[in-house]
Formats: sequence, C-alpha cells, structure tokens
Amino acid sequence: MPTSLARVSIDELRDIAKRVRKDIVTMVYQAQSGHPGGSLSAVELGVSLFWNHLRCDPANPTWPGRDRFILSKGHATPFYYSILAERGFFSTELLSGFRSLGSPLQGHPSMSAAPGIEMSGGSLGQGLSFAIGQSLAARLDKRDYRCWVLMGDGELNEGQVWEAAMAVPHFALGDRIIAMVDRNGIQNDGFADTIMKTHPVEMWTGFGWHVIECDGHDMAAVDKALAEAEKPHDQPRLIVAHTVKGKGVSFMENNPSFHGKAPTKEQLEQALAEIEGGLS
Amino acid sequence: MTSAPTSAATREAYPFGLIDLVEQGVDVVAIDADLSVSTMGYKFGEKYPERWLSVGVAEQNMVGIAAGFAAAGKTAFIASFAAFLPGRCFDQLRTSVAQPRGGLSVKCVASHGGVTVGEDGMSAQAIEDLALATSLIPFDVVVPADFESARQAIVAVGKTSRPAYVRTGRPKVAAIYDASYRFELGRANTLRAGTDVTLIACGILVGVALQAAEVLAGQGVSARVLDMATIKPIDREAVLAAARETGAIVTAEEHQTHGGLGTQVARVLAEELPTPIAFVGVDRYGTSGKWDELLGYFDLTPQRLAQAARDVIARKR
Repeated sequence: MPTSLARVSIDELRDIAKRVRKDIVTMVYQAQSGHPGGSLSAVELGVSLFWNHLRCDPANPTWPGRDRFILSKGHATPFYYSILAERGFFSTELLSGFRSLGSPLQGHPSMSAAPGIEMSGGSLGQGLSFAIGQSLAARLDKRDYRCWVLMGDGELNEGQVWEAAMAVPHFALGDRIIAMVDRNGIQNDGFADTIMKTHPVEMWTGFGWHVIECDGHDMAAVDKALAEAEKPHDQPRLIVAHTVKGKGVSFMENNPSFHGKAPTKEQLEQALAEIEGGLS
Repeated sequence: MTSAPTSAATREAYPFGLIDLVEQGVDVVAIDADLSVSTMGYKFGEKYPERWLSVGVAEQNMVGIAAGFAAAGKTAFIASFAAFLPGRCFDQLRTSVAQPRGGLSVKCVASHGGVTVGEDGMSAQAIEDLALATSLIPFDVVVPADFESARQAIVAVGKTSRPAYVRTGRPKVAAIYDASYRFELGRANTLRAGTDVTLIACGILVGVALQAAEVLAGQGVSARVLDMATIKPIDREAVLAAARETGAIVTAEEHQTHGGLGTQVARVLAEELPTPIAFVGVDRYGTSGKWDELLGYFDLTPQRLAQAARDVIARKR
C-alpha cells in the first residue's frame, strides 16, 4: 500500500491545527470573503482525520484505494484547502489565491480542480449520497477504502441528508462510511436552535446509526472518537463533534456574523495573535 | 431480443440497452427510485442483480449515489419518471453531476415523458424536463421515437464519458426503425424527403409528423420529415440544410415550446439562416385521459402539424 497515515502525536496535531487556523483567517482576510466560522469549528476533526485516520497519498491523490474525504458542508473551503495544502496535496502558496480569478480554489470546492478535492460542493446535503455511490462501487470492485463525510449541523435541515441517512444502514455500508457532524450550533441566518431546531443525536440514532459524541476541540478526544468510529460495529457510525463556531478567535467565537464574513486588517492581526497564543 | 418489435414503448428498450452495454464490456450500474416496474429498470436488475439497486422514493439521493459511482469509474444510469427526473433532483444534477469538469458519467433515463403518460394527469405529465436537461451544460439530451432508436440511444450515451438525459415514453408506439437502423448521437435522420417545408420532430411526434407529411402530400405539399432524436447537441447541418432546401420549418414535440426541440432549432436558424418557423408543443398543464385522447386534447395531431406547415409556407418570402 502506498503512503497512508501520517500517525502523529496529539501535540503535533495541535501544532498543525494552529497553522490551519492561521491559514483560515489569512485566506478569508486576503479574499475579503469566505466562511471562517464553520471552518474554525471543524479544524480538530479535519486535522485528526487527515493525519491519523484517512489513508491517503498526497503524491498520488487519485490512488484508487485511497480513503475519500467528502466535504458536504462545502462552504468550509478555507479549512479544507488549508488541510490539503498542509498535508502536502498542493503547495501552501496556492492558498493566497483562494476565491480569486484564475485560482483552482473556488469559494466552494470544484471536484478535481486541485489535488484531493473529491466532490463538487456548495449546495448542502449532497455529500452522504455521493459517499454511498463511492462505497457501493468499492464493494463491487472489492476495494476496502472508506468514505469520511463531514456535514454541518445547519446542513441537517436538508431533506437529502435523511434520504441518504436511511440508505446507509439499508445498504449495510457501516464499515465503508463514517459520517461526522460539526455541531457548532450556528447556521447562516443565526443560531441553529432558532432557525430550525435539530436533535442530531436522537435523529441519527433513530435512523439506525451508532452515534459517538465528543468535544470537537479536545484533540485527544477527537482522535479517540475517530478511532472508535473505525472499529467494526453492527451499525454505521456518526460522530457528533460539539464545537464552537469561530473557535480560536475571540470575536468570531459563537458569533453568527462570522459565518460568512471576512476580518479587517486589525482583526486579522488580533486573530493571528490569539491563535498563536492558544486562546482557550 | 434481436429484432425490433413492431409496436413497443420506448421505455421497454431501457433494460435491453443496458444489457447491450454490459455485454459490450461497459461497467454499468443502474439505479431506480421505486418506479422500476414502470421504467423497466427491474428487468436489468433481474439479469444483473449486482449491478442494479433501488433507493426507494428518493430521487435526490439517487442522483448523489450515481455521482459517487461515476466518480469511482462506473457508468451510472438512473431512472424515474420525467416528472421527477430532472425536476425533483435538478440541483443534484447540476452540482454533483454537471459541474465537475466535463460532467460525470451519469445517464438519466426518464420514462413517461410528455402528456402521453395519460390518466395520471398533469402532475405526472412532464412538459418541462427537456428545458431543464438542456440547461445542464455537459449533458446530451435525446428523445427517441421508437423502441429500436431508444435501445441504440441508450447504448450510445452509455459509451460516452458525458452525462446524458434520455426521455422515454409510456405508450406502445408503432416501430419506425428495424434492427438495421444505426442511431448516431447528434445526427438527425431524414425519414422522408421533401422540398416545400421540413417537419422536425422528436419522440412520439415523429410518427405524427410522418402522418402529417402524408396529409400534406394529399394537398400537393412536399414535406421533409426529420427525426431529431438528439436535441442537444442539435444537428446544425441538418437544420440548415432543411432551411436552405425547403425554406420553412415546423418543430413538433411533446413538451412546452419553450426550452425544448423548437428552441434548439430556432437558435440555429436565428444564428445562421433566419427562416420562417412554427412551433408545435404543449403550452398548458394537462388533465387525465387516455394517451391517444390526450394527443387530440392538446392538438398534437397530423392535421395540426399540416396546418402549421401550410401557415409557415405562407410566410416564405
């Protein structure tokens, strides 16, 4: 098997997470648009996944046996592109072109536009279905790769999510698909509980999934939850990561206005300092 | 089956086309959404159960699954009624299938197209599907006229890497072609020579156009008939030759006149050779009735096409 896992320590993962957070705020600042809040909330999930769980080969990004990471919450591109770059899929220099004319790094992901981008996204609710197709193909082709799907909690409003949620256990794809929900509690228009209240744990449990909850910003807890999800189980696994929108930057944390807004120059400098200092 | 039946629904060709593809080595999977007894997808499932699945009544999920299959290298067919595919899952077709570079290899086969679905009434009668499908940039869009052309069209779209939309129909229609016919994607087929006007039709209206040409012949009018099964990409050469050589065009389709075959033909003429044109289609929502009664109700008849032809001929300069 080609290169698969990086297998790094929790301390190293935390250092990587800092770099990713700095990339996120810098990219959104440079583009003067983008979605920092739901990117910052997903950092620990993404870093733990890409360095310790996702079997991938950045030098051979279309290796047919690779695990697939499917970003269903497609607006979280700053987090996604940063992780792909930091993991070696492409140069970090590309990040400065985020959202600009001529860059492969569009505001929402465009499949195959840059190495590692597995699915076109931006319209919510489509990732889990895509993973089902990839996984059924793997079964036909006798491959053992796994699909990891990251959804937002606001995204759970979309009906297609639940069409797919019932299909995964129906097709017995539990050992091929692991789903994750970034439960940051905020969606585009405001707090999720006021826009459209969902009950992720009860809803996914009711659809026949085994739900694993974790503190989405405790790197050790996240890493452990992902490892638990990889263990065989008679139900498909879904991780509900309890997170904070805008995590790591004081004025973005739990602030709905930073779902899709760029910082000013002064705010960027404050954000970078807070991330470096490890705001807790 | 080796020879084309004399009377069959175009939807009946779907499983035969799929089986042809598998036998020719194409790595096909096919998905249905609880309408497989009507789309005829279940027959493929009986022959190749490992290559067929049902996702229940969930068209959006069906499209996403097909996109995933295609991303993993499969040629993924999906089937439903034209009232639901593409309408119920248009965003999934756009984002997950059409927008990845060049489009993913997902082929929609939508049965029960147009008003001849019959008794189920207006909600089941798709008259917008071609407008939606032709708006998806990498998609080929095909409306075959009979069993043989439908079977070959399914094979043809299955051999490209592009996404496609093939519309089939519910009622049994008389065969136009036999097994010696060779369908070509993107090419019109001239069914009748003529010099005064050209009737350009697709789907069930091809047979109606042939009858209209007979009516016109009895009135001393020489009508050419083109089977324009592929409405996107349209056969520009055939349209322009018809305009040059007959000077008047009638388009006929079981679809609203906005966004379907007529729109595609008119664009070619407007860009290269403005020519009098008349559009025959369905510009109102329907009602229940037997399929052939509905053709009369919507005036999709040889007499109407013949009248449209005479009217457009009168507009020649």
